[in-house]
Amino acid sequence: MIDLSLVPDGGLSWLDGSGPLSHIVLSTRIRLARNVAGVPFATRSTAADRHKVLGLVEAAWRASSFGRGSVRFLLDELEHDDRQLLHERHLISRELVGAPAERDGGSAAAVLLSGATGVMVNEEDHLRLLTVQSGFALTQAYAVLDQLDGALGSSVPFAFHPEFGYLTACPTNAGTGLRASVLIHLPGLVLTKEIAKVLQGLTQVGLTFRGLYGEGSEVVGNFFQLSNQTTLGKSESELLDHLGKIVRQVVAYEEQARQVLRRDAPNIIEDKVWRAYGLLRHARSLSFEEAMNLLSGVRLGVGLNLIPGVGVYTLNKLLMFTQPAHLAAGGASVAGDPEVRAARAAYVRRVLDEEAERRGA
Amino acid sequence: MSLCENCGERDAVVHLTQIVDNTITTLNLCEPCAAEKGVETGTHAAKFPLGDFLASLGEGPGAASVTAAEADAACPSCGGSLRDFRQTGRLGCAECYRAFETQLRELLRRVHGNARHAGERYRGAGVSPQPAGHDARPGPGDTLPDLRERLRRAVEAEDFELAARLRDAIRGHE
Repeated sequence: MIDLSLVPDGGLSWLDGSGPLSHIVLSTRIRLARNVAGVPFATRSTAADRHKVLGLVEAAWRASSFGRGSVRFLLDELEHDDRQLLHERHLISRELVGAPAERDGGSAAAVLLSGATGVMVNEEDHLRLLTVQSGFALTQAYAVLDQLDGALGSSVPFAFHPEFGYLTACPTNAGTGLRASVLIHLPGLVLTKEIAKVLQGLTQVGLTFRGLYGEGSEVVGNFFQLSNQTTLGKSESELLDHLGKIVRQVVAYEEQARQVLRRDAPNIIEDKVWRAYGLLRHARSLSFEEAMNLLSGVRLGVGLNLIPGVGVYTLNKLLMFTQPAHLAAGGASVAGDPEVRAARAAYVRRVLDEEAERRGA
Repeated sequence: MSLCENCGERDAVVHLTQIVDNTITTLNLCEPCAAEKGVETGTHAAKFPLGDFLASLGEGPGAASVTAAEADAACPSCGGSLRDFRQTGRLGCAECYRAFETQLRELLRRVHGNARHAGERYRGAGVSPQPAGHDARPGPGDTLPDLRERLRRAVEAEDFELAARLRDAIRGHE
């Protein structure tokens, strides 16, 4: 089992809920896709090519300000559970969770991490620079990545075309190589049944939405990831400004929806959020999906000031540490599904009890 | 992992989220059942994000109109062809963008709505990082099409000061 405490702050600083609008926006993530000039992409590269890429990136990383006190994980050397753990922290993609043999390109995949900023090496593209920030923080997130991009690109030669920009294995990522995702909690819009309209509107303005874990993942707990659909033809700041403008609008809609709920159905909402809290506080078995949905209810109750004594940090922590690989890493017996559910319920009870004690509730 | 809600036999690996009548429903399915329902599986969809375009590559009168010979032509650098690209959804190397420039320009235009990069320009390795966005001052290395594109953007963004500088730079070129 890997020791994630080696990663400064475990890559989890964003859980503290300190970022702007963190009552509705959990996190902001950006990634930049880059490839090394003169080396074939994953589908055509040899093991030697991939090791060369890793060597180049690692040397540049270590020489940069990000290298100090950073951690490297070689994915080929990790067990499946460890790769899953990194994925649950949003530090590697789902593609890298699979066994090396199942992946295009196979070996020498790695992730270099300095807190919640790092670079995935030998994924679909040679480099995927990534960062996760608390709350709604597109500007800060991009500033960090731009610095990392400059530091790595000044010593590793990147594949760049004057017309098409940064070249990527999949043309959907070419140009800026930039994908920004904002993880946002929209229970008000779901409960007022406005969500479909909002999501349809998003696709019309060139944005896309996904579930908690990105591409192809399901929507649970009313958490949505909003991100830019295209990467070419607009500058980085145009892409970020556009996404930012729409996210602010969605946040405003969500706040309106919450006011409507509080005005038109105060008793129903109060009952709903307290029931969610009661179940979490006392349940003996919780599936991941049920836990996510109940946490969504409590988060709404906290946002509406109906449930005092539960912090956003605690809710974020519960979201992270009730995931399967995190429960296992915490020493839970995960022999079978019933054990996992029991371990999840026990963990949630313990955290909420501690929080209640601390706050004298 | 939960069992498929359709057959109840295999593990559910596809989580289909649908919005029907303003209600979000999630269906947990195994791959065969998902395929029966006409759903591309997550892994499949991730590998073929360009779906229709790729399907039309090398077939029929699509806008790409790639002939069989063109589909089989190999990239001089990695040996990959457009046919390979159609199968995997991934290009073999950066040189493919030059080898298949015409077809990819059309594809990029369709996917992104625009095939001309407007973001930061790479300064090359060995050069100290100095990001230059579209709002950077025009420099001696700028090409005429780049300057025109940036002028259009500056006008759109109502950055008239930059627009004036770009207009002067374009006149200088012409």
